[in-house]
Amino acid sequence: MTARYNRLSTLIDRNFGRIAAAPAIAVLLAVSLFPLIYTIVVSFQNLTMLDSDTSFQGFMHYRAALFDTRLWAALGHTTLILVIALPLEIILGYVLARLFLEQLPGRQVFVALLVLPTVLSPIVAGATWRLMFDVRFGPVGQIVSWLVGEPVTMLWTVNPTLVYPAILICEVWQWTPFMFLLLLAALSNVDQGQLEAAELDGASGWRVFSKIILPAIRPVLVIAILIRGLDIFRIFDVIWVLTEGGPGTMTETLSIFTYQIGFVQFDTSYTAAISIMVVLALTIALTWALRRVEALK
Amino acid sequence: MKSRSRRQLRLTLRYLAIALVLIVFLFPVYWLFMISFKTPDEIFSSPPKWWPGQIQFGNYAVLFKDGDVIAIWNSITVSFASTAIAMTLGTLCAYALARFKTGGENLAMWIISQRMMPPIAIVFPLFLIYVWAGLVDTHAGLILLYTAFNLPYVIWMMRGYIEDIPLELEESALVDGCSRWQVFWRVVVPMARSGLMATAVFTFIFAWNDFLFALVMTRTEVITFPVQLTHYMGGQSNFWGKIAAMSVLGSLPVMLTVAFMQRYLVRGISLGAVKG
Repeated sequence: MTARYNRLSTLIDRNFGRIAAAPAIAVLLAVSLFPLIYTIVVSFQNLTMLDSDTSFQGFMHYRAALFDTRLWAALGHTTLILVIALPLEIILGYVLARLFLEQLPGRQVFVALLVLPTVLSPIVAGATWRLMFDVRFGPVGQIVSWLVGEPVTMLWTVNPTLVYPAILICEVWQWTPFMFLLLLAALSNVDQGQLEAAELDGASGWRVFSKIILPAIRPVLVIAILIRGLDIFRIFDVIWVLTEGGPGTMTETLSIFTYQIGFVQFDTSYTAAISIMVVLALTIALTWALRRVEALK
Repeated sequence: MKSRSRRQLRLTLRYLAIALVLIVFLFPVYWLFMISFKTPDEIFSSPPKWWPGQIQFGNYAVLFKDGDVIAIWNSITVSFASTAIAMTLGTLCAYALARFKTGGENLAMWIISQRMMPPIAIVFPLFLIYVWAGLVDTHAGLILLYTAFNLPYVIWMMRGYIEDIPLELEESALVDGCSRWQVFWRVVVPMARSGLMATAVFTFIFAWNDFLFALVMTRTEVITFPVQLTHYMGGQSNFWGKIAAMSVLGSLPVMLTVAFMQRYLVRGISLGAVKG
């Protein structure tokens, strides 16, 4: 009995790494690989809400997706939000980090307060801004009226010229503190001696930034951009609450579009094909990006 | 003397700037809380009132009376169960990755890339499988989903924390005749305690804050609070009181996190890339 137990325990010990890793890997595979294979199969069939045609259709849906203007528009909307929100968050986050960098009494509390929006559920953030933007009962319209000096009616979530500003305000409000927090950590690690030496030499502010600060914070900056970039790429919650992709399909992002065709129109095979394409494109992009990040270290 | 008064001035200006920033960023949160304490008459007054006439909990009472708080309860159970499972499986896997280099760098990369996939691309395939397996609108289904979604995060974070533990402790435990299993439980887990706590809290928050998975995978039985929140919003009429009260209830746990986990916040949200 004990001999057998000993043999078993040496066996476990010898393969401990594999045994310890197995359950987690199994769960990950079950939830990623298995559905992926199933989806590939479905994407070559022709399943819709009304039709359950499982015959092989070749690349029909993939070809259709390439010529789907609504899909490309959704990709465009996503990119638009990305290229405006991300730089704004970085710049604002950097400015705020500089403001909070020096030790001040009460600094820790201020930082904790400022970070609050970032940890809220995006749905709560969206709901909060819906309350803020409401045309009759919200304070934003009122504030703007004060500033302009005359009553203005702003339909933030309906008016085509205001929907993007509304989404961007909510997005930037929630995630600037994220950038702020990471950049604050990065800035506190910049070599103070170097900064003082540069100041003694009379180096200009821009030279100090580009030669000392930027190289020092670059690794953190890259990570922050990667995380936020991917998050904005899949933006869903905030838009769902504020505009549901509307008016029309004006603010439809990739995630909203996929949700609409998959779970509202039930274009099953078509959605499957688009899911596969997104996964493929992102896997390639991510592998490339992660290699670059690893190379930075 | 002159330079001292200039320093004073600079300090005052900094405080003013900080105050301004905090007002801008916290005003929406204030607005949310304030509405949750207002009476319907005050909520629907135009122009809006900037502070409630009196603090009253009517909006919260309605949530309890209508049974809507079940959504908070669902969020708690699902987030808690998935966190417990993800932490157990994930920490074991992280230990293997950190100490045995199981699967090498490629496995680690695959795991973190799973985290970065957009949920929308995964959720549709999963939905098809869930329909087939009868897991839609079940606690088990949502728990499994959050477990899988959070596993890469747990593995990635815990690998970092375990790598920070000095190897000598484990070696001496092995020399003393401990099995690998005992080393894991008696040396690694206690040593990584603070990292475990921080990771668990963030894992909980990620599950807690999720909307898309819950929207797709729940119907009536397991509705979590973000999904419940969207039920209060209509094209014409919005239940502002309920929206605000439910939002506050759903935000309290994450606010407590910031208060108590500030030291781990940077590392937690940067996927361990910034040690803070």
